[in-house]
Amino acid sequence: MIKVEHLTKYYGDFLAVNDLSFEIDEGHVYGFLGPNGAGKTTTMNIMTGCLSATSGHVQIGGFDIFEDPDHAKRLIGYLPEQPPLYMNETPLEYLRFVGEAKGLKGAELKQQVDKVIEQVKIQNVKGKRISALSKGYKQRVGIAQALLGNPKVIILDEPTVGLDPIQIIEIRDLIKQLGQDHTVILSSHILSEVQAICEKILIIAHGKLVAFDQPDKLESQLLSANEISFKTDAPESDVREALSTVEHITELTVETTENILSAHIKTDAKDIHAVSKEIFFAFAKRNQALLELTLKRASLEDIFLELTETEDPAKATEGGEQS
Amino acid sequence: MIAVLKHELRNYFHSFTAYVFGAFLLAIVGIGAMLYNLQAAVSNFEYVLSFGTIIFVVIVPILTMRVIAEERKQKTDQLLYSLPISTVKVILGKYLALLVIYLIPLAIISIYPLIFAQFGDVYLPTSYGSLVAIFIMGAALVALGVFISSLTDNQGLAAGIGIAVILFNYYSVSLSEYVSSTAFGSAIALSVLALLLGVIIRYLTRNEQLASGISLILLAVITATYFLNPTAFEGLLPNIMRQLSLFDRFNTFVSGVFDLTAIFYYVSVIVFFLFLSVQSLEKRRYN
Repeated sequence: MIKVEHLTKYYGDFLAVNDLSFEIDEGHVYGFLGPNGAGKTTTMNIMTGCLSATSGHVQIGGFDIFEDPDHAKRLIGYLPEQPPLYMNETPLEYLRFVGEAKGLKGAELKQQVDKVIEQVKIQNVKGKRISALSKGYKQRVGIAQALLGNPKVIILDEPTVGLDPIQIIEIRDLIKQLGQDHTVILSSHILSEVQAICEKILIIAHGKLVAFDQPDKLESQLLSANEISFKTDAPESDVREALSTVEHITELTVETTENILSAHIKTDAKDIHAVSKEIFFAFAKRNQALLELTLKRASLEDIFLELTETEDPAKATEGGEQS
Repeated sequence: MIAVLKHELRNYFHSFTAYVFGAFLLAIVGIGAMLYNLQAAVSNFEYVLSFGTIIFVVIVPILTMRVIAEERKQKTDQLLYSLPISTVKVILGKYLALLVIYLIPLAIISIYPLIFAQFGDVYLPTSYGSLVAIFIMGAALVALGVFISSLTDNQGLAAGIGIAVILFNYYSVSLSEYVSSTAFGSAIALSVLALLLGVIIRYLTRNEQLASGISLILLAVITATYFLNPTAFEGLLPNIMRQLSLFDRFNTFVSGVFDLTAIFYYVSVIVFFLFLSVQSLEKRRYN
């Protein structure tokens, strides 16, 4: 559906997007994740034709956004970071204008405007001036605008920023709903949000793509961060001996308090359960008891921090590919 | 384009802009008609129009100040960029809406000569010729205003620059008598203009080589001409100032000549500034 190839954007001497390439299929919710200033908004602005690129190509449904913007833009609905609303109009007037600008006419225009108003639930404020609406409602009007013309792709730039918790939940539910019959791309720097709604995540840092996968796969990708900790009453020498038969242990720290030994293990094994099983049987064979055994999978947060805080973005990409 | 046109029109009637513009234009023409046609009992309606042109200095910038500056301020220009309408169509839609606003008071004014004709001899061809001319002249000023509005996101600044530029244009003929008419003075003024052109090109294209290249070539041409044939610059500056005046050309129509070169000049000004406005909007895509 969307194909981004070797996209590069300089602002003067500042490199905002650095040779970014990825492909997005039809019909999922994609999350665009990265710290502030990573190039999320710039990339989205280029994808929607609001900004030119220094080099590279963007294709939307086979149409090049730079060479055939008319066809490409018809496939996209875009909500920029600050919803582009005319404050002295009512949502109804505003949506009619956007609909007309997208080429809708007559009965079709009316039907579509009514439909999106219902979809984003702004029926009760459609006749008020936009300047008088709350932030959450303004955001909804902005989303409604993006939905007009029934575009295949909907791109939302930080759609939940500045909303209160209840509004955030409502907008998230709306996005999930939209994901059923549109391709939705949303950007965010909030991890839990992306984890909650997105089926696939693109992480970018320093204008480069550092990871692109499903949230759970991303988690299993980052192997070194998987941790196992256990407690036992066996002495340290016995513990070290028992663990020497277990593979995939990259780091071991032990500490003894009141005859109870706590051990922390980091592992690079793909299957963390296999490792915990081995540990269990190693101790069982020696007839020694494990008092406690806990697994800690790397969270998306760990992955995010590890990927985006790397000084050299190229290194992070390599790490991701190796696994 | 039609969508933008309709949207702009609705916007103008939502706010006071259209009404203020129309009211001022009607008021000044009304005062003029009272002074010339009623009190002085002159039957030439074109004198009234000539008297009224000064009001354009104020009302055109007021009309055009928000047209693009406000979009930038409210960040609604992002919407225009992401919609499947080309920048040319956006500018044309906005410009046509302004012309419609401008035509409404003019349509009312166009009834006046007919009314006066009921009470005496009014030479209608000159009256209506001047009305057509004042429409096209105003349209040229509006195009200039659109361009100025596209340079900033501050409405007030757009209005201020607009008033200054149009005022200068209004008095450029009178001022031309005071500027130096020597060859040296003209050469210096032209050099400054060449540099200014370079700055504008640099701003619009962000291409330093192109801008400095054009500036340098023009400067070289000016210097060479100055040393080879200094008489070419004799009186050039005041001449240019007279030529640039949009208002001065209108007086030809008032004296009863339907001057096609003036019409052509006005249309060129419109095309030139609308083109620059499109470039100015497009430029935002590249920064």
